[in-house]
Amino acid sequence: MYKATITVRLKTSVLDPQGSAVKGSLHSLGFAAVTDVRIGKTMEVWISAPGSTEAGEKVEEMCQKLLANPVIETYDYELEGA
Amino acid sequence: MRFAVPVFPGSNCDIDCEKAITTVLGEPVDFVWHTQRDLDQYDAIIVPGGFSYGDYLRAGALARFSPVMEGVVKAASEGKLVLGICNGFQILQEAGLLPGAMRVNDHLKFRCDIQPLTVVNNSLAFTQDYRRDEGIQLPIAHGEGNFYCDEVTLKELEQNGQIVFRYVGSNPNGSVEDIAGVSNREGNVLGLMPHPERAIVEWMGSQDGAKMFTSMLRYWEEKIGAA
Repeated sequence: MYKATITVRLKTSVLDPQGSAVKGSLHSLGFAAVTDVRIGKTMEVWISAPGSTEAGEKVEEMCQKLLANPVIETYDYELEGA
Repeated sequence: MRFAVPVFPGSNCDIDCEKAITTVLGEPVDFVWHTQRDLDQYDAIIVPGGFSYGDYLRAGALARFSPVMEGVVKAASEGKLVLGICNGFQILQEAGLLPGAMRVNDHLKFRCDIQPLTVVNNSLAFTQDYRRDEGIQLPIAHGEGNFYCDEVTLKELEQNGQIVFRYVGSNPNGSVEDIAGVSNREGNVLGLMPHPERAIVEWMGSQDGAKMFTSMLRYWEEKIGAA
């Protein structure tokens, strides 16, 4: 069993309205040092696979097919035995 | 002309679409549950608005893998008319039938309003009853209609006449180049965030959506007549 922790982010070229709003709120809270905020998603996926190579291939496939939208998002992941 | 309106868990504009077709055109229309794969008997498909699968993950991302979408993709490849409205637009983008992707509105609010638009391309099966650059008013109701595509795609869209509707006046969501609706390259798949099915009779505040349906019927009749 493997656990993949997948992070999906908006591409840096894509404006992030939520990140901008949160940055504004952090500034009004007094965190003047904050220069940028980007909001993404974290997903934890448990996979039954014979080895980490196979598990990694599955994660790649599911990210490309469903979990990230390649038009606006990028993804990366970490795999650990679970 | 036989229409199909696919219904997903969370669709909420399906009945509006049916009423628009029966009221404006008087043509037959069936609701098709998302588990049905085969749409061969239909001449046109209208993917309705709503919150399919609760907008979980991304708007349209989960509906895109419903069995009925196989039928929609097949119909599109056969040159049949496929219209995606609001969440239907997002689903068609996720399915790869239309370019771009939607971001959250730039002001982060759900915007429900009557929106002025301009008809940029009136040469499509969906828009031939409008005049070029005609100013129209359609209702909008969305939180994620902030159309995005990269520069290269935007150039292609402009060159191919795929930008079909633009917002006029203040852009309600921050979309690239005020884009409100785009078509595929072939012109038989159209997606737009505004709701033509909610603007078909006078008491709705605008009747400007009716011409989209009459355009579709005229296109189909001429095609059948020519065959």
